[in-house]
Amino acid sequence: MARSCGCNEFSRRHLLESTAAEAGRGLPAIEPGMPEPAGTGLSRRSFMLRSGALLLSVYGASRLGLGQLSEGVAQAAGTADPVLVTVFLDGGIDGLSVLAPVEDPVYRRLRPTLALDPDGGTPFAEDSRLRWHPAAGSLNKLHRQGKLSVMPAVGYAHANQSHFTSRHYWEVGSLSATEPTGWLGRLLDVIGTPDNPLQGLSLDGHLSPVLAPKRVPVAAVDGPRYDLWAPGVWGDVEDLMFGSMAALGGSHAAGMDPARAQAGYVATQAMDVRRRLRPFADRDITPPVPYPDGGDESFPDNMAALAALLAAGLPIRCVALSGPGFYDTHEDQRTALSTGLKLTADSLAAFQRDLESRGIADRVVTLIWSEFGRRPEQNASNGTDHGAGGVGFVMGSRVRGRMLGEFPGLAKLDEDDNVRPTLDFRALYCSVLEQWLHQDASRIIPGAAGFQRPRVIA
Amino acid sequence: MGGVDVYRGTFGPRQAGRLLWRGAFGPRPGEAAALAKKGMRGAVLSLTRPPSERLIGPRPTDADGNPIAPFDAWGHDGLWWLDRMVRTNQPHVERMTLVWHDWFATGDVGSQKLGIKQKVTMRKDALGSFEKLFLDVTIDPAMLLWLSGGENTKYAPNENYGREMMELFSLGVSNVSGYPYSEDDVREQARSLTGWTYDWDDNLGPVNFRFEPELHDYGIKQVFGKSGRFDWRDSVSLCVRHPAHAPYFVQRLWHYFVPTPPSPGTRNALVQLYRQNGHQIRPLVEAILMHPDFYEGPSMIKPPIVFIAGMLRARRRGIDTDSWTWVSELAGQQLFYPPNVSGWDESRWLDTSTLRGRWLAAGVAIEGDEADSNGGYPATETAEAAVAKALKYWGDPPLTAATRRELERFAKRVENAVAADWEESAYRGLRQNALRMLIATAPDSETC
Repeated sequence: MARSCGCNEFSRRHLLESTAAEAGRGLPAIEPGMPEPAGTGLSRRSFMLRSGALLLSVYGASRLGLGQLSEGVAQAAGTADPVLVTVFLDGGIDGLSVLAPVEDPVYRRLRPTLALDPDGGTPFAEDSRLRWHPAAGSLNKLHRQGKLSVMPAVGYAHANQSHFTSRHYWEVGSLSATEPTGWLGRLLDVIGTPDNPLQGLSLDGHLSPVLAPKRVPVAAVDGPRYDLWAPGVWGDVEDLMFGSMAALGGSHAAGMDPARAQAGYVATQAMDVRRRLRPFADRDITPPVPYPDGGDESFPDNMAALAALLAAGLPIRCVALSGPGFYDTHEDQRTALSTGLKLTADSLAAFQRDLESRGIADRVVTLIWSEFGRRPEQNASNGTDHGAGGVGFVMGSRVRGRMLGEFPGLAKLDEDDNVRPTLDFRALYCSVLEQWLHQDASRIIPGAAGFQRPRVIA
Repeated sequence: MGGVDVYRGTFGPRQAGRLLWRGAFGPRPGEAAALAKKGMRGAVLSLTRPPSERLIGPRPTDADGNPIAPFDAWGHDGLWWLDRMVRTNQPHVERMTLVWHDWFATGDVGSQKLGIKQKVTMRKDALGSFEKLFLDVTIDPAMLLWLSGGENTKYAPNENYGREMMELFSLGVSNVSGYPYSEDDVREQARSLTGWTYDWDDNLGPVNFRFEPELHDYGIKQVFGKSGRFDWRDSVSLCVRHPAHAPYFVQRLWHYFVPTPPSPGTRNALVQLYRQNGHQIRPLVEAILMHPDFYEGPSMIKPPIVFIAGMLRARRRGIDTDSWTWVSELAGQQLFYPPNVSGWDESRWLDTSTLRGRWLAAGVAIEGDEADSNGGYPATETAEAAVAKALKYWGDPPLTAATRRELERFAKRVENAVAADWEESAYRGLRQNALRMLIATAPDSETC
């Protein structure tokens, strides 16, 4: 049989699975880690241990005991290192709706039912051809305050049109399908320490591939409650039962069978989480500024929690989470897009105000990205198919606030009739690494020397 | 079996148990030992070539004893299917249907009835020709809604299904020797697939799914370097005959049953077997279930819904509560609600939050027949007897020595904690309930 494409990595999914396995190697340990609201008088050390609102799963910390990890966290706390937050908009957001060339006749022809109303949104201050989507008013405001840089056509040439593959490229910071570490994971391998899992924090409940490191531990927040219950078991016997559950886990965690070892390891983690969080199950965070009501979406709460964690001086360097909404708008795009876009924009603005009112806005830059933009020509379902160049943002008090790349127009599209990217995402990464985090991008982004560096930070 | 290796080692209850957990939904009490007597080949064939279908045991109800309403009540679609997993005498067919649910992962389309009908179609085709299954799924109403196939017309093709049918359903993407298809192929496939549509009824939702010649693009398309006036049948046929299909199919199917990758020799032999049999699924599954790697290799994490169905089978308990809906969601696998079109990520089955879901599931399985902890439990039961009784409760699953030792230690610790006469009986009742939980959720029971 001829060597065919099914040989090694037989699908994107299994590729990503092996990536996940690689990222998780070293096995997670667990730390509870949500601080009291600032000003309660508890020392950092004590609120590291006495915290309750969120669970942290720590990845890649196999060689250190839990005690050492919390020591490391306490030691590192209180620094003023710059923080990078990345917010992923899942599905490929339609840049031509977020910033719409409303008067372009090509746009109106390609988008007969989806084109934005020419008088609908506010004009984009840096390019009079474009208008903001009405749901993105908060982003316009941030931009006018100089706290938001807009990337009207970010991406890479010959965009891969698979969600999974393109997202993977962005996550690993390279056009390599086999790269097992995330671009911020590799950064943490350079700047991180072996005993501080909070340096890389996933807020979606599982390890974000963006943060997958090779050697240092990182953490994932799991959710606010951890009650376990068993019918007909209580008191002394219940305590003994949970002790035995941990012992059962421990007896298999070091075993030779990988699946049983994983089950054992997770059992020990679960029992540790239960023990530590039990007394503090229902504490709330009260943010100093209002956040939008997320309904079922946890994004505003997560952003508010993140601001509180940062204000508490926890040693967080890189954060990854997903924005709310559904951006793979193959159908009925008009409705599908605006709810998520509005909640995302309003939450981001609230987060920025929150950081400002806590006096830490100078420490945080937030990068908002999606795996690709969408096709300029709409489809039959009042939706759009996968495209190439798309919209992205960099937010923060320290960002330059000027456009990165430019809007290339619709007169000339790429070979697949998609928007031509005018900024490579890897160039953006290089700029952020060098200008914000003061690191040598060539140690982190493959082929870094080949990219022009746009000015991201003022 | 052509050149595919066949397992020749011992085939006892332990091996039969693995076969039942990976190929079905776990044994009923005594079933592993009975199956072992058939020998490996007989055991596999009894699963893959079952007698005509029967559902054994009481019909499913909600917690109030009312019959479930699979088309109408939220979550009852999942109960409908879980019930079949628990009661069917064709558990392998049902397990393969679960494989296809993950493979052609279709999420919420706003109609539980259409979701269920799709599963009926997948069950009918579960072990037959993959091309037939693929063709039926392509024009299945739930799929037409899920991946926009019902919105795809010659006036404006929608590429959603055209892409996923290659990337996820038949060819995969490659990072080794180039992509099996191009972006042009995606567009041309979308054109070939045009013409399927439906009507909207304000009361009934989407109805009258059909092929509408008016909406189909009858022009010439170019797909994989071939050209013709292709339609949806050609679309599927071209995928299945693409040289990348058989290797993709074989490896992906293998992965559902064996955690380690096949050797190149095994893979090639399976590819040949699949092609020689005209893309029939059954011979391939039989070869995988008889392969040495299946019995000799390391264990796998049980999928959450298999873990749950298996507890119910072990208890011979039917569906008598709708708690299973939220419990399975917490455990990480709510039927009919895969996370996205690529299905569930089985490398992420177990973490601290899904383990909590499994723990709560064990509690739901046990709830209602707890041992008495109010003085009615034998006050002199020994630790060994307590462990043996709890094991029997779950149909005597095989346990590792490490787990058995820890259970006995626990049982003795409870006796040592007794401080008052009344506790002699009460603690032994509590102990029995705790042992059942510990056995159900031990690492041995999470894996197979």
